[in-house]
Amino acid sequence: MKRFTFTLVFLLGLFNLSAQDCDKTLTGKVIDFHDGVPLEGATITYNSTTIQTDAEGKYLITGLCGTSYAFTISHVDCNSQVVTLDINQISTRDFYLEHHLNELQEVKVSGAKSNKTSSAQEETIGENILEKYSSASLGDALREITGVSSLNTGSTIVKPIIQGLNGSRVLIMNNGVRMQDMEWGDEHAPNVDINTAGYVTVVKGAAALRYGGDAIGGVIVMEPSKAPAKDTIMGKTVVTGASNGRGGSISSEIIKGYKSGWFIKGQGTLKRFGDVEAPDYILSNTGVFEKGASLAFGVNKFTYGWDAFYSFYDNEIGVLAASHIGNVDDLIESINSREPSIIRDFTYDIDNPKQEVTHHLGRLRYFKRFEKLGKWTTQYDFQLNQRFEFDIRRTQERSEIPSIDLELTTHTLTSDFEFDSKPNYKFTTGILVRYQENFADPLTGVRRLIPDYDKYDAGAFITGEYDLNDNVILDAGVRYDFNRIDAQKFYLNGRWEDRGYEQDFSDIVVDRNVTGSQLLTKPVFDYHNISGTTGVQYTFKDEYQFRANYALSQRAPNPSELFSDGLHHSAARIELGDLRIDQETSHKLSLSIIKNNKKWGWEIAPYANFIKDYILLEPVDTELTIRGAFPVWEYRQTDARLLGIDTKVYANWHSNWRTDHNFSLIKGHETDDERALINMPAPNFNNKITFAKPDWYDFAISLESQYHFRQNEFPSNITVFSPDAGENVVLEVNTPPDAYHLLHLDTGMKFKIGTISTLNLGLTINNIANTAYRNYLNRQRYFADDLGRNFLLRLSINY
Amino acid sequence: MNLHKLLAMLLVGALFLTSCSDDDDSMPVNDEELITTMLVTLVDGADTVTLRFYDEDGADGPTEPVSEIVGTLKTSTTYNGSISILNESEDPAENVNEEIEGEADEHQFFYLTNDFGITIEYTDQECDYNEDPCEGSNTLPVGITFTLTTTDATGKGELRVVLRHELDKDAQGVADGDITNAGGSPDIDWTFDIDVE
Repeated sequence: MKRFTFTLVFLLGLFNLSAQDCDKTLTGKVIDFHDGVPLEGATITYNSTTIQTDAEGKYLITGLCGTSYAFTISHVDCNSQVVTLDINQISTRDFYLEHHLNELQEVKVSGAKSNKTSSAQEETIGENILEKYSSASLGDALREITGVSSLNTGSTIVKPIIQGLNGSRVLIMNNGVRMQDMEWGDEHAPNVDINTAGYVTVVKGAAALRYGGDAIGGVIVMEPSKAPAKDTIMGKTVVTGASNGRGGSISSEIIKGYKSGWFIKGQGTLKRFGDVEAPDYILSNTGVFEKGASLAFGVNKFTYGWDAFYSFYDNEIGVLAASHIGNVDDLIESINSREPSIIRDFTYDIDNPKQEVTHHLGRLRYFKRFEKLGKWTTQYDFQLNQRFEFDIRRTQERSEIPSIDLELTTHTLTSDFEFDSKPNYKFTTGILVRYQENFADPLTGVRRLIPDYDKYDAGAFITGEYDLNDNVILDAGVRYDFNRIDAQKFYLNGRWEDRGYEQDFSDIVVDRNVTGSQLLTKPVFDYHNISGTTGVQYTFKDEYQFRANYALSQRAPNPSELFSDGLHHSAARIELGDLRIDQETSHKLSLSIIKNNKKWGWEIAPYANFIKDYILLEPVDTELTIRGAFPVWEYRQTDARLLGIDTKVYANWHSNWRTDHNFSLIKGHETDDERALINMPAPNFNNKITFAKPDWYDFAISLESQYHFRQNEFPSNITVFSPDAGENVVLEVNTPPDAYHLLHLDTGMKFKIGTISTLNLGLTINNIANTAYRNYLNRQRYFADDLGRNFLLRLSINY
Repeated sequence: MNLHKLLAMLLVGALFLTSCSDDDDSMPVNDEELITTMLVTLVDGADTVTLRFYDEDGADGPTEPVSEIVGTLKTSTTYNGSISILNESEDPAENVNEEIEGEADEHQFFYLTNDFGITIEYTDQECDYNEDPCEGSNTLPVGITFTLTTTDATGKGELRVVLRHELDKDAQGVADGDITNAGGSPDIDWTFDIDVE
């Protein structure tokens, strides 16, 4: 391992010049605090004399006077460290230096940009890409990563899909905190402001065990940008204006750092859009109004640090007016008419149906480094997630009351220790306890879709990494998680009988005479989840890397999968969970071979994910009501197999010209009968050509072509009785839309303002050809086309 | 001390977590928009025909709705019709008509049939249910009362009853009972099998 050299600088002024015997000595060692290794070649300077440590890190200074000396230890990349010693009282002293000071310099709120695993497939996007999506959402930005797609509800509710899986199978770490924001719903987007992140890493699969054992799909790690620990003030403002939706966003952050290690950081985002437009019509009631703010402060010292972080997120999202349907006939009519049933004039107003979500996140963190051992971190976080969904109800008075009113409160305490003092191996171990409470307000006047519940989680993990030699890294880990869900759920007597619960669950009934022919149950379910991973990273011929990973993970069912029962108004479908649903278990094998050099590079990353008892939600039937027939969507479990490959190639053809190509393919089937799984992303093929001329103020322009194939593998449609037609008809609820091709253009330049500030100007044109298309993974594909052409002008200033 | 500190923190955390849990009982919610019963009453003098829809657990429940008809429609007769919407899961039963009358300008019933030349005409207007003067849009029909007239044709046919809210009552034909341009959201959409003898 490479050692830095250190110099000790003698400081004038603290030296007492009284006449004394100058025959004293100071002896000791200069030691690396981090791993206890003696530092050879460290220099100690006093007066005009410089002494170097020997191979054992030892030094001997003679001829010192009996007084105080002050030393400053410094290094080219490090802050100075001053040591004052009274030679009258001390004759031996070991100096501890930190050769990892480079890392410590930064406000490391959670880890560095470095890889989250050694052997799993992962990819990081940085500030350049995130800035481009400043006015969009996390899910939009992540689609830049091969193998990541999204499940949309319109263009504003975007749930990331990693290698075919989404929702509770994708874990989102926001600034070191696992988001608890009701990720169980298809139309619940992550409650995060993309502008809080400096980097976002996607780990495709469950290999990053320290974050959780249930990430069958993967982990999204959002980390803030870092600030150096020196006296400085810096900031950034990004302003984006978009033609489609006639709105934009402004996001600003400012960081003040002190040499002492203190820092304070504030950030805020405001986003406002009116109705967005498809090529041929306005998508009425699709505006958004998003507000976000965060504040962090703390101190990062040489050996310890703490910080406090609070963030607030609020988003009001309009849901396409035409997607509010009454019954199955409305749905059939929408599918057949190819045009939304409601098209109004453009407006910024957001009407029912709409969502209003608020997320508060608070975190306290403390870390301490131990000599020759490692780093201990303990964190407490608090999250409060509030969700209102407003529907078009029978009267205007009722429409003022949300149909869904959920409040999810989560407390989490984690503590982990990273043993990183040994040069060729390190391991991390940690524990977690969590308490969560869901409160579903009865004042909605709508039977709860998600019941009141208390949830208790506890987990422990150990992960390790071993550098076998310069080229080979092995990693492995195991994790255990316990989940208990303790709910209070009301069932209609009819439903209770119909689902056959009376036979299997009569012991959980506590009251059989609840008003409205209901009964009250108190189910308490415990789940024990084991997860594990092992893998290898092999680097060869300098420019090749091979990664192989196996990950086992188990996920307990979420409240929606267990308890849903009844009409989900905003989706106009009856959703039925099942108390019998048990945890799902995934075995995932992934490989990647990567080549990178100046001229070109590529990556081939195949994977196979075998999921036992995979939980899925699909249309099965219709149920007749006074409002007509409604499709019934039921959760069930089956063994599934997901096979896929993500590939990409880039080439620098010339100093100014570069092309990028990527392709991803996934096939998801049930193992026993080869039925296609619902909502699997269709293959897509992206090609991009970029011209960059750094001489022209960092000018770059790129043209991107995205070809989305039609998903040809989908579960069969259901047959329903249509009162309008007076006969049974096929409800084409699963039929995917056609393939489509989109062209996007992106260009930007960078200007220096003064000595430290830079101005970035960017222009993006999405869907240049104004192509009308529908996306299989957009839940509003039945009702309207996707977004038409959009001009985005972006201005960002770093200061 | 560090291990102790860690354990102490965990203990505090555990206590905190335990203290958070409570056994507050969940309050039951009844679907406030539940419609269990729809009664269409057709009266010709002493002769009454009732069309009744009943779904005890509403849209949320699995119980299949039932519909029955008491009486038989006669040929070439004009019936005075009225509709009554109830939530009988409440005790006493909730009269949903009141809610519809309260927002008469946002609601309208439609009675639709293609059989036997049956014609339907509205006999009410919004001002029947509010205090405002009977003029302008306040004279638009709601459809709580109507007349149904049969011809001399007989046989088995269908009568579809629809209630929509937030519809466009000014759209062409809507005031005459044509649903084509009405828009809005359905609260009721049910088809009865009828006999004319």
